[in-house]
Amino acid sequence: MVNLTIDNKLVQAAEGTTIMEAAASAGIPIPHLCFLKKINEIAACRACVVEVEGKERLITACNNVVEEGMVIHTNSPKVRLDRRRTVQLILSQHDCKCATCVRSGNCSLQKLANDLNIQDIRFGERLEFQPWDQSFPLIRNSQKCIKCMRCIQICDKVQSLNIWDFEGTGARSTVNVSGSRTISEADCSLCGQCITHCPVGALRERDDTEKLWAAIADPNKVVVVQVAPAVRAGWGEALGIAPEEATVGKIFDALKRMGVDYVFDTSFTADLTIMEEANEFIDRFTKGELQERPMFTSCCPGWIRFIKSQFPHLVPQLSSAKSPMQMFGAVMKSYFAEQIGRKPEDIYSVAIMPCLAKKGEANMELFHDEYAGHDTDCVITTRELTRMIRSSNLIPAMLKDVEPDRLFHDVTGAGIIFGATGGVMEAALRTAYFAIMGENCPPDAFKMVRATSQDTDLAEAEFELKGINLHIAVVNGLGNARRLINQIERGEKKYDFVEVMACPGGCVGGGGQPIHDGFEMAYERGKNLYFLDGSSKLRYSHENPDVQALYNNYFEKPNSHKAHHLLHTNHDSWEMPRSPQRDRNGNVIVSKCC
Amino acid sequence: MSRLEILTPSKAQLVVEDLYGNLERRIAASPPGLCPVDITRAFIEMAHSQTCGKCVPCRVGLLQLKHLLTDVLNGEATLETLDLIEDTSKSIMETADCAIGYEAARVVYRSIKNCHEDYEEHVHHGRCTCMTTQPVPCVAMCPAHVDVPGYIALVREGRYADAVKLIRKDNPFPTTCAFICEHPCEERCRRNMVDDAINIRGIKRVAADFAGKVPAPKCGPSTGKKIAVVGGGPGGLSAAYYLQLMGHQVTVYEMLPKLGGMLRYGIPNYRLPKERLDEDIEAILETGVEVKYGLKIGQDITLDGLRKEYDAVLITIGASTDKKLGLEGEDADGIVSAVYFLRNVGLEKELDLKDQEVAIIGGGNVAMDAVRTAVRKGAKKVSCVYRRRIADMTALPAEIEGAMAEGVEMLTLKAPSKLDIDENGKLRGIWVTPQMISKIKDGRASVIATGEEDEYIPCTTLIVAIGQNIETRHYEESGIPVARGKIMTLPNGGFPGLPGLFAGGDCASGPATVIKAVAAAKVMAANIDEYLGYHHEITCDVEIPAPNIDDHSACGRIELTEREACIRMHDFEGIENCMNQKEACQEAGRCLRCDHFGFGIFKGGRERLW
Repeated sequence: MVNLTIDNKLVQAAEGTTIMEAAASAGIPIPHLCFLKKINEIAACRACVVEVEGKERLITACNNVVEEGMVIHTNSPKVRLDRRRTVQLILSQHDCKCATCVRSGNCSLQKLANDLNIQDIRFGERLEFQPWDQSFPLIRNSQKCIKCMRCIQICDKVQSLNIWDFEGTGARSTVNVSGSRTISEADCSLCGQCITHCPVGALRERDDTEKLWAAIADPNKVVVVQVAPAVRAGWGEALGIAPEEATVGKIFDALKRMGVDYVFDTSFTADLTIMEEANEFIDRFTKGELQERPMFTSCCPGWIRFIKSQFPHLVPQLSSAKSPMQMFGAVMKSYFAEQIGRKPEDIYSVAIMPCLAKKGEANMELFHDEYAGHDTDCVITTRELTRMIRSSNLIPAMLKDVEPDRLFHDVTGAGIIFGATGGVMEAALRTAYFAIMGENCPPDAFKMVRATSQDTDLAEAEFELKGINLHIAVVNGLGNARRLINQIERGEKKYDFVEVMACPGGCVGGGGQPIHDGFEMAYERGKNLYFLDGSSKLRYSHENPDVQALYNNYFEKPNSHKAHHLLHTNHDSWEMPRSPQRDRNGNVIVSKCC
Repeated sequence: MSRLEILTPSKAQLVVEDLYGNLERRIAASPPGLCPVDITRAFIEMAHSQTCGKCVPCRVGLLQLKHLLTDVLNGEATLETLDLIEDTSKSIMETADCAIGYEAARVVYRSIKNCHEDYEEHVHHGRCTCMTTQPVPCVAMCPAHVDVPGYIALVREGRYADAVKLIRKDNPFPTTCAFICEHPCEERCRRNMVDDAINIRGIKRVAADFAGKVPAPKCGPSTGKKIAVVGGGPGGLSAAYYLQLMGHQVTVYEMLPKLGGMLRYGIPNYRLPKERLDEDIEAILETGVEVKYGLKIGQDITLDGLRKEYDAVLITIGASTDKKLGLEGEDADGIVSAVYFLRNVGLEKELDLKDQEVAIIGGGNVAMDAVRTAVRKGAKKVSCVYRRRIADMTALPAEIEGAMAEGVEMLTLKAPSKLDIDENGKLRGIWVTPQMISKIKDGRASVIATGEEDEYIPCTTLIVAIGQNIETRHYEESGIPVARGKIMTLPNGGFPGLPGLFAGGDCASGPATVIKAVAAAKVMAANIDEYLGYHHEITCDVEIPAPNIDDHSACGRIELTEREACIRMHDFEGIENCMNQKEACQEAGRCLRCDHFGFGIFKGGRERLW
């Protein structure tokens, strides 16, 4: 143990503890901005400087460790002055129009400047302008970027895509898309982790709420909205509703009050996905197609973008099943339109998703009979949903539980856990077990694939069903996925079925979810989904009465001709920018144009 | 007012003088990879502040150039702007009245001519392709990317053995390099911005001297693969070391009786004591490298034979033959090449220069090794004959100074023209043509004859140190591409259409330094491993101490001292003294820890494995 004094308080800390951690343990918070534990400990913003007695220069608390006998002042006159000056410098290069910023009220720079009681900036405003494709689902505003580097680090270290980089030298060095590319040329997975780890409003989703408002206002449109499982685990955080109060029924209520015509739970098509995907798996497995390489799940569009750009030769290993969102859209514009006596063109299909990549996925084409368009017309992230609720002047506490609409009313616990890492696999295994054994397994029989903490990156299992040995893996986070695939490609690992979710912790940790700077919420949100699963009456996708009815009335059986047409997709039908040339550490190599 | 006054500099002038010093040191420590457009703009701004303002091209022209360059950087320029910059800088070069103007413009002109791509990138895309990719200067400048801040921190804590272990992750010759590395790591040391570069090689010497015997790391599980390495110099042995650690079995074929190549048979003992070289070689052999001595490729064994017998073959034969003067009578008695001369000394052959007058031709490090060895072999008089000036010599300044302190005469501006051979075919002396220094060509001062008569230098031994060649004949015959006297490899060290065959070190690069051979060896070991289907990683589990948070107030650099010249010149014992622990601690404490502070902590502060 190391003994030191912080703000006249004797503090003991283990060797190797940072000054910031040691101070925090003594109840002394040190202001910081760029710091992100284990991801970005680079002391760039200099907001966390402290004074060490005997030293002329201040040092950063975030990445320097305690030493025996240190006497530290976190709020001395020198520290106060230098910290204020530093924050003023940051503000001079930040577009401070907070009133029109999506992060206002949830901005670390705003809070820091307010906490330090900074009322003037004293330097001339020097904003940097970079052009940006405003139609891309991920929007970067260079005028708000404070160059904390978190986006670069999260993409490099966690997602292994290195989409962002620090470019240029000297006074003009700045954050931009790596390799001198534009964002639409880049192999960005659209996971949105850079957004959820941005301390300010420099990165955000493309706001599509006005599109939805316009559809609601259009009397010729039937607006049908589906709500993804993970949204219910997160939306309340942004509105101050406790997790147990923040039900999906209240989201339905809010949507209906906004003027939406029909509301549904994506968990329904999650069950439908399981019917298709589990049967596809059994089929491909029995045909021996998975002897060399496993089948991969296809629900996560971030993962699809990743595999298409990084490992294009593995695309045939993906399940051909559409994601639950796209299946819902397809069913809306076919069977549902038929049932309510409307043309597919009249249906405006909306998805509330915890995800940015879903905004990209919605671009995929659907051709069905006379109809040519999209399965999904508009994707709204959880954050946009909460903004819509606020702009509708709805009081969250007044919202009531509303049931989803008929035809696709029923959901199972298996569909709900799609929102957490391992959920797709667990749901699929429950149904595959039934298909192979002819009876249900206990509902929690496959709980070994669930995350046991925020840090669970990989779960592997091996079991025997009727003499068949199955090896499965569940991985979340694209960096982890890359590692696993490299092991599979080198022959070090062998599986039959692998679930991949691009975001750490799965969709609950998605790039469209509410932001809490410095906190990772995926595991806590996932627990909520598992609680809902545990308390569901129905826990097996194949037992969903409305799914059964949909097959009886329309699709006949899983993987039927019609199901293939509407519920499956060709992953090669669209192009994804390929992974650029990279060095050994994954950094994108810059090539000159001329 | 008095008629004349003694001028004393004003306080402001003193500050400016100090600023010039700072500027010089700051430029010396400039991080690699900066944007040429931005640096040119900064230069022209500084240059413009020097203008007296009298003449238009300088007063106005430099200012306009600065504005145009700024437009380029701001993405507000067109291709016409680039033409305008080029024309204007040329015009200022041609019209400015004094060097303040025309030399500043020349820099801009050269910049836009030679870096046009970078300018165009700014014009077309409004962004720069230059970026900081090498955040830790010393690591970036070291060809083998040795973790310099890491081992300096370890030496500071007295963890010498750990420092040696850490160095070996990237360089299995820590002791050798402690003595003779040309230390490119020190060139851009950021500490220059404060006072002076860290004495990195000196600190390595401390690690090597104080560590005691440090065992080699354990080898990985055997892969059953067999690799032949041809040539037991620093490159071959380094590759062998890493390949052994990866679990392969390496056999080194060495034509001479002992290992080490030029380290043993080129570099004299007084610079690198052989027992110290043996420390490195012993650690390398500890990994289980097999050695076959006295076998020469093309003579005793063939490349095809090795390729059949082994899973992979690596050629690291170095550059072990000499270059000729091209004068008549060069094979006369009394004329030897430096390579041959130093090898014979290394082989401990009887060689007495007592009472002889010795001349050495050349100005590189090998020439200095030859002159200082000749002194130690008892020569009556030793002269170093060189075409250019001392300042133009490629040898390290310390070597030149050392040689002069040991009584070597530098006969500069003399080009050999004729050999004087007596009737018995024995050398009597050499005729040299006086030269004068002339125009600077490609950054180097050229010489031309003064037109005076040739001078005569009597000498009974002439040592030719004008470069080394590579014995490529057998390889050429075996179908290996050879051009300009070098073996031509792909960037990975391999050859097109010759799977499993690799080459590197001096034989592929031309004569270079130990650390470059080690760097090449890392490349080859990694690529041979990949070729054999493996992905072994070389790493080191030594924990690096946290950086100290000192204020880093200016402090002098500690230099290694040398034994007294008049004593050391009579023996072959090592001439350089190590620092003591107190000195080492102070010197290591000067390190600014660029792995932790600055860009290092963000990107690539530490390469933990390769």
